[in-house]
Amino acid sequence: MATYSTNEFKGGLKIMLDGDPCSIIENEFVKPGKGQAFNRVKIRNLKTGRVIERTFKSGESVEAADVMETDMQYLYNDGEFWHFMDPESYEQVAADANAVADAVKWLKEQDTCLVTLWNGAPISVTPPNFVMLEVSDTDPGLRGDTSGSGGKPATLQTGAVVRVPLFIDIGEVVKVDTRTGEYVGRARD
Amino acid sequence: MPGTDPAGDNAWRPSATAEVLKLRATLLARIRTFFDQRAVLEVDTPALSRFGGTDPAIEPLCSTYRGPGHGDGLPLYLHSSPEFFMKRLLAAGSGPIYQLAHVFRNGELGRRHNPEFMLLEWYRPGLDDQALMDEVDALLAFVLQGRLSYRPARRISYRQWFLDGTGLDPWTDDTATFRRFAEQKLASVPATLDDSALDPWLDLLVTHWLEPALGEAPVFIHDYPASQAALARIRRDEVPVAERFELYIGGIELANGFHELSDAQQQRQRFEQENRVREGAGQATLPIDRHLLAALQSGLPDCSGVAIGFDRLVMVAAGLPDIAAAMPFPFNRA
Repeated sequence: MATYSTNEFKGGLKIMLDGDPCSIIENEFVKPGKGQAFNRVKIRNLKTGRVIERTFKSGESVEAADVMETDMQYLYNDGEFWHFMDPESYEQVAADANAVADAVKWLKEQDTCLVTLWNGAPISVTPPNFVMLEVSDTDPGLRGDTSGSGGKPATLQTGAVVRVPLFIDIGEVVKVDTRTGEYVGRARD
Repeated sequence: MPGTDPAGDNAWRPSATAEVLKLRATLLARIRTFFDQRAVLEVDTPALSRFGGTDPAIEPLCSTYRGPGHGDGLPLYLHSSPEFFMKRLLAAGSGPIYQLAHVFRNGELGRRHNPEFMLLEWYRPGLDDQALMDEVDALLAFVLQGRLSYRPARRISYRQWFLDGTGLDPWTDDTATFRRFAEQKLASVPATLDDSALDPWLDLLVTHWLEPALGEAPVFIHDYPASQAALARIRRDEVPVAERFELYIGGIELANGFHELSDAQQQRQRFEQENRVREGAGQATLPIDRHLLAALQSGLPDCSGVAIGFDRLVMVAAGLPDIAAAMPFPFNRA
């Protein structure tokens, strides 16, 4: 079993806590001048996404998590699983709804996503920062209005709903920032 | 993150701004003026010693001398404080002395720690710990002029600090009581902290519960548990207490002072006891400083001494969140 000592702690290190794979966000060394040293650590549970705080006695060891983050191409959804492919090895993995979670509304076939694998199985999916998606439904466009004020909801091909400017029409392709869920521009902009 | 090598073409540059470097120089000059006006002598003692401090909470850095007289290599410890040399000077009749010394502590690296840092350390024959706290107040008011309007620090005993902040009494409550409090109040308690000793639980609550609640104003914590005496005298109250104090500003531990232990026999026992603790914890034992013991034997004047972390003082004066920004070349650029 691979382990890490607190001396190896740093942002991004993957460790096991309470049976779940976790990623260290922040590691703070605290020590009274003449007393016990501690590592006060902020950790993200990679399965639930929850951030927790843990304190370790400096010098303690924890189990390493076999976690890999890798770029994979999204292929298709079979109704139960979302399938991804490693573009180099052509190896495929199937992610369940728990792993895909909120990313589902941004997944477009052929797009490259960051897939987190724990012991080879996907536990989370991060969509690209920007996606180009076609508008499948919205109120009729107001030509001439390019002020960008106001806006209206639009449903995209993946089911996501974002606010777009009034001049956007059904069938247009828009660029969206998946981190904020905000419209960035039209495809040709 | 501290410790990682900075990347890029600018990695050779200092991490402190020109303004902070000037502030360091100003503070150093004022410290020297303060002590000059009070006829305290500046001294300069070796950083390398054949002997290491035995304190189990401070891990020394060690180097090896090879050359005339020591073909096989002589281990030399980089001092973690100039204390032992300064006490030898005091025993030899130096009178009041101060020193600005770079010191070294292995394994300490973080937002408030750098393995090499500067201490301002001084000793006052004839003063007890309370009188020395007065002088710390006077020094900081003088040195921080124009930066912080320093008011004399509030003084609160270690016991009262715990009673006010936790409702628990470090003199009478047991380890299990402190564990229960920590498990209820803290986000997390280290799984490997066992019930065999109280001090690690007190340290956990100091760092995770009491220090963060200290606020901006300076405060002295004094009269520590006898088990945390380090090199301080123990006063035989109903419950014996160590005549030791710490100064905090903005929750940052800035100074540590003692009414100095001068009894050679007790000092030897503490060194031996600390080495036993080290052995039990799998840490290397260290050669006991026989020159210090001989100096105490010959007679250390009744005195108090205090050390202020100079780089942390710069942090406080400039409002810096990270010690790396207070020094020209912190660990990752050294």
